[in-house]
Amino acid sequence: MTNSRVDQKVAPTMRTDSCPSDVDFSKLKGDFPILGRTVHGHRVVYLDSASSAQRPQSVLDAMDSYYQTTHANVHRGVYTLAEEADRLYEAARVAVGRLIGAPDPEHEVIFTKNATEAINLVAATWARSNLGHGDVVLLTDMEHHANIVPWLMLAEERGIELRWIGIDDEYRLDLSDLDRLLDGVKLVACTTMSNVLGTITPFAQIAEAAHRAGAVVLADGAQSVPHVPTDVTRLGCDFLAFSAHKMLGPTGIGVLWGRRELLEAMPPFLGGGGMIRDVRHDGFTANVLPWKFEAGTPPIAEAVGFGAAVSYLESIGLDAIRAHEVDLTAYAQSVLAERFGDDLKIFGPPGTVERGGVLSLAYRDVHPHDLAQVLDQAGVCVRAGHHCAKPLMRRLGVNATARASLYLYNDESDVDVLADAIAEAGTLFA
Amino acid sequence: MTGLEDLYREIILDHYRSPRNRGELPSPPAQRVEGFNPLCGDEVVVYVQVHDGTVTDIRFAGQGCSISQSSASLMSSAVKGKSVTEARNLIRTFKAMMSVHEARLGDSPEGDVSSNGSAEDGADAPATDPESLGELAALQGVVKFPVRIKCATLSWNTLAQGLDEAEQGIVLDA
Repeated sequence: MTNSRVDQKVAPTMRTDSCPSDVDFSKLKGDFPILGRTVHGHRVVYLDSASSAQRPQSVLDAMDSYYQTTHANVHRGVYTLAEEADRLYEAARVAVGRLIGAPDPEHEVIFTKNATEAINLVAATWARSNLGHGDVVLLTDMEHHANIVPWLMLAEERGIELRWIGIDDEYRLDLSDLDRLLDGVKLVACTTMSNVLGTITPFAQIAEAAHRAGAVVLADGAQSVPHVPTDVTRLGCDFLAFSAHKMLGPTGIGVLWGRRELLEAMPPFLGGGGMIRDVRHDGFTANVLPWKFEAGTPPIAEAVGFGAAVSYLESIGLDAIRAHEVDLTAYAQSVLAERFGDDLKIFGPPGTVERGGVLSLAYRDVHPHDLAQVLDQAGVCVRAGHHCAKPLMRRLGVNATARASLYLYNDESDVDVLADAIAEAGTLFA
Repeated sequence: MTGLEDLYREIILDHYRSPRNRGELPSPPAQRVEGFNPLCGDEVVVYVQVHDGTVTDIRFAGQGCSISQSSASLMSSAVKGKSVTEARNLIRTFKAMMSVHEARLGDSPEGDVSSNGSAEDGADAPATDPESLGELAALQGVVKFPVRIKCATLSWNTLAQGLDEAEQGIVLDA
């Protein structure tokens, strides 16, 4: 299952004998062509990776090379190109599975369009076979709409009941009432890291309690898998959803990982080519895992790019990436506190242990849209809005925040530019 | 910061800091209409009171950025005391000013917007000269920032809906 074409171009800044602690993060920007761009006369300071990350040259090269030398449809042809495409596609599946510690990546890693589709897949198949009127799904107040609306749709369609784990004053999940909330619950669907607050949830603890209560557990890992070492067994989830484009891969591809016995028992998701074993006038037989859930021509080049992204992340090491982001988050917290004091509020847990590098900001009474507009003038890319988490925004009592999110290619100079630009907004809206 | 000066003109910042006609009106008799910008979560509530074909009073409430709030404030000042026909003409002129750019971007919901395209509509032909907009012309710089056009038009679309409802005699149950 080797993939030499892709591996050759991984991580030019890495020494081949490097271990994670040897990584020179200050050089990583050079691997990402888009970070060499200027906007309004300033270099791009990209602080929106929680929405979508950028890609290194190795990912672009892998996809380009695939299209220039290899492309054919997968799972169909006997000719060399098709056989190579097939091998690359399945190698990417194994690489992605390895990154999350999947015990059986060949069967348990389902390629989807994105994390949203992965959650919808569970809602459309597992939930439709297992949940009926009055059955309870437990969510949290810090979910992304992707992990709310599919369950609201099932509530409308078949009368399932939704419960919600609240948050405390320091933006953590409030687990004080967890056992009562879990009573009678069939499914717990919970984020591993909030896309607004940066909160890293105590997922393993929740999963353990949920399993004791007889519930199945889904993890929305869209925010944590790109930033924090992930092992599905240690996490204790039954399903894990995440997207490639937040972890240096292309758009248009995501993953549902599921425990094999659950996936085996689930009916298919979309119907079409590739997901069948046999089709007759009066019925069909579904294919085996993982193809049972992959109808139609899949995102093959995207899978190849995703594999290259995983290789790049592994060459640096998720432990090192996490350590870098912890340091940078601490730096941002201290710079912002020093320069703006009480004028600037960060919606998220204090410290760096229970949070990732997602900084949702409120600066004086400057509207987040206006703040983001002024920051753009300085080349700083932040997201302003409700971040697809309206129930959480209501809980926070705001319509919107301006969110700066950090990744491996960010450094202290990015934070300094951010702080300078916030100060400019302060002058304009004085 | 040169580009930003086009967007954040002094008149706009003034209406943002000291909004005119902010508040509520009893409904009924006023029409109460909510407008949302789903992209950013901004919301505006427009209360418009129409009597004998005249906008006798108007208030707005809600939360939003400096562009949406100042636009609502400027709008309320501009239409208060005007006839409904004049108010509609103003809405059309204002939206034309905002949508010329949208049309160029291929983002116009109407598709047929041009600088004077709606002048053929008949008896209610609006004044399309932005000069006639007075203080409202300060919002012209918004068209250089396409993402913000919807901030500027939010309250105007909401007012248009309010006038429609007022003329159709729709009065919500108290």
